[in-house]
Amino acid sequence: MSAPHQQEPTDFTFDADSEAQIAKIVARYPEGKQASAVIPLLYVAQKQMGRLTGSAWVPRVAMDAVAVKLSMAPIRVYEVATFYFMFNTKPMGRFHLQVCGTTPCWLRGSDDVLRACKDAGHLKGYGDTSEDGLFTLSEVECLGACVNAPILQVDDDYYEDLDYDRTVKLIESLKRGERPAPGSSIGRQTSAPEGGPNTLLDIPMMAKE
Amino acid sequence: MAKVTIDGIEVEVPNGASVLQACEAAGKEIPRFCYHERLSVAGNCRMCLVEVEKAPKPVASCAYPVADGMKVFTDSAMVRNARRNVMEFLLINHPLDCPICDQGGECDLQDQAVAFGRDGSRYREEKRAVKDKYLGPLVKTIMTRCIQCTRCVRFATEVAGVPELGATGRGENMQIGTYVEKALTTELSGNLIDICPVGALTSRPYAFVSRPWELRKTDSIDVLDAVGAAIRVDTRGPEVLRIIPRTNEDVNEEWMADRGRFSFDGLKRKRLDRPWIRREGKLQPATWPEALEHIAGKLKGMPGSRIGAVAGDLVDVESVYALKALMNALGSQNLECRQDGAKIDGSRRDHYLFNSGIAGIDEADALLIIGSNPRKEAPVLNARIRKRWNSGAMPVATIGEAGLDLTYTAEHLGEGTAVLDALLDGSHAFAKVLGEAKKPMIILGRGAVAREDGAAVLAAAWALANQIGALTPEWHGFNMLHLFGGQVGALDAGFLPGEGGQDLAGMLSGGVDALWLLGADGFEPAFISPGTFVIYQGHHGDRAASRADVILPGAAYTEKEGTYVNTEGRVQRGRLAVFPPGEAKEDWRIIRAAGVAMGVNLPFDTLEDVRAGMVAANPVFGLVDGRIAGGVQDVAGPAAGGTLSGTAFKANLTDYWLADPISRASETMAECSRIYNAAPVAQAAE
Ligand code: SF4
Ligand code: FES
Ligand code: FES
Repeated sequence: MSAPHQQEPTDFTFDADSEAQIAKIVARYPEGKQASAVIPLLYVAQKQMGRLTGSAWVPRVAMDAVAVKLSMAPIRVYEVATFYFMFNTKPMGRFHLQVCGTTPCWLRGSDDVLRACKDAGHLKGYGDTSEDGLFTLSEVECLGACVNAPILQVDDDYYEDLDYDRTVKLIESLKRGERPAPGSSIGRQTSAPEGGPNTLLDIPMMAKE
Repeated sequence: MAKVTIDGIEVEVPNGASVLQACEAAGKEIPRFCYHERLSVAGNCRMCLVEVEKAPKPVASCAYPVADGMKVFTDSAMVRNARRNVMEFLLINHPLDCPICDQGGECDLQDQAVAFGRDGSRYREEKRAVKDKYLGPLVKTIMTRCIQCTRCVRFATEVAGVPELGATGRGENMQIGTYVEKALTTELSGNLIDICPVGALTSRPYAFVSRPWELRKTDSIDVLDAVGAAIRVDTRGPEVLRIIPRTNEDVNEEWMADRGRFSFDGLKRKRLDRPWIRREGKLQPATWPEALEHIAGKLKGMPGSRIGAVAGDLVDVESVYALKALMNALGSQNLECRQDGAKIDGSRRDHYLFNSGIAGIDEADALLIIGSNPRKEAPVLNARIRKRWNSGAMPVATIGEAGLDLTYTAEHLGEGTAVLDALLDGSHAFAKVLGEAKKPMIILGRGAVAREDGAAVLAAAWALANQIGALTPEWHGFNMLHLFGGQVGALDAGFLPGEGGQDLAGMLSGGVDALWLLGADGFEPAFISPGTFVIYQGHHGDRAASRADVILPGAAYTEKEGTYVNTEGRVQRGRLAVFPPGEAKEDWRIIRAAGVAMGVNLPFDTLEDVRAGMVAANPVFGLVDGRIAGGVQDVAGPAAGGTLSGTAFKANLTDYWLADPISRASETMAECSRIYNAAPVAQAAE
């Protein structure tokens, strides 16, 4: 498999967008402590890769660029980037499908969500990237949205209250280049009970709605 | 100071000391893996747990500061239990492959498992395995054995100053390595092997060679650079199997440079192990009597002024002293130990010594390096500079090669002598920095005086030292950094042209009819004028041996009892670890025997006689393991002899790895040279 999106780039430069963000981020830290900005800068690099190549990951050359920006030894950046799960050190599909497999989601059917991801996204399992370069599948721990379990996180967005069919539908629309609105897939209002709030209805603020 | 009670023993330790240090002060042994006196505290292995009164759980003593009145227990049931359990966790992911591990027999993990662990394993599940990493030609890795103490990471970052090692990934997947596959760019990599408490980092050349209990261990001195690190030569039978450093706080602490450590395979290759005589243009094997008779025959009737001798860079003082005695007896004053042409006149010792002392670096507060790259010329000394630089603002500046990576920040003032002038007349800003420092240091590379205007450079550097207040009765801030372990000893022995004697250039250009080269391989032998009868006495068939008319096989530094003087003037003794190969002999004995063949009876028969003679000739040789320290009594500088030429200073060693005859014979060093001198190519490891 060596689709173009999976090739290790040989150089990396921050674009104007990223540079603007970096200037803001670095200014937050006192003089001489710029190395503290390593995590936000790795995000900036990962986002830029996503923006420009459709594969949001941090290749080594990008880590080196971060090291230069913050006057750190490159290995110190590699250590941070490989420590955190949120930084992808391998090429990714355009969409990062992150299935929550922790108990509440699991009880509410995360197995079906996983199956849907595999079927619709043509993925063999966790860690796989589809041949077309569209999807990478990962298992994640509790996303902190258990009330609306099961959850599938696509890049930074949470899709909630999923089942097999709705997950397939979501993936199909991603394939078409659409980006359905994140949140509950059954129209739940935030984390209120299905069908709408049914407690604390006498709070004036709630009553107004 | 804090009073702490350790197992009922009361000790006083400085505030801020760790509990572990207090325990050591009380004579209690605390097991440890990650803690190392010379590195920052990581506190990640948990092996050093002790019980502290009123603390709810065991504390990691290496990372826990003492408090006044603290009561510590190092052998309570809680502590024993805690250690057993830590050990059990450590061993879960350790392969327990001691039978095939080179660390076996000298492994902290092995020893501490026996002393503090449980007697069996309860672990039945799978163990993790880690891919081995490439760290270069010297350090072999078996990373599954790594217990992730991060000592190597801290050594590389803090001591060696090459932040290239790290711990990537986390949890089960944490790995020690460089991430990007490449050889560690340091001349101190061998120390990683010593510092790794397990068999994860071991010596590549020593792989599967021997067990520690099979080795005979001889304490000696490294002579391949001028630091004179304390070493231990480990041998089995007639073979040197490895060389490792010993601790000497004043010189090398506990570190050692890679060339001294790994070039010993050169001791077995290209050796001169029998005498040779050139007959009909060809070198042919001969016996000792034949060779000595041949020399006696050639030298007979030759006026002393037509005979000369040159001493090499690795020579011991004994043989230099003996050769000088022989030459003088033959009526020759043509002596030379400055193969590089260094303009050192030898009249005053502090004009050519590293006077501040290596340990003195710790006290310096400003440093100017002239015409030297200490990282290559004396890696351990450079690590000491780095340590000093790390511990607080010390401005460092260099004059000479641009773009040096010394592992600390140094301002590059310029390439040539023009900067010296500017510093001397005070027009350069750095003159002020030096002037304001309390203990400023100037390091002058030996190479910087080995050039046409060398005498002027030497005089200028001394004058500058004087001007910035580096020469006081309390502090001697003038330092010359020599390159090899025999150089200072030969100067101290006065192996220099005597009354009316000729120097190297004179002797080479036909000034003598017979030339005795004592391990002198530092110059191109083709420069020797064609008619000259050349005697080569030495241990390696290196450059000069091929030009010789007679070859006398001598002993390398591991094969003789020898006295060496390091760059700071410390007199140290190297010891015989193995006998010289074949018919080779201790060098002073060869010279004595040659004298006998020529009818000259030199006034010594035993090593004791030679040493007594050395001390009589120069009392400093009596000060074994010591050095004359202290400030400057007389600030008069060396004679200038000429003016500064303005030319740029060049690198003194063209190739660190192949700088001496032993290393040039070493396959390990050849590989290092190939790898480290190639243009760096970085590839992603995963
Ligand atoms: S390789 Fe050795 S020194 Fe380095 S972390 Fe592992 S056990 Fe410690
Ligand atoms: S378990 Fe899935 S979000 Fe908490
Ligand atoms: S020695 Fe204290 S935690 Fe490792």
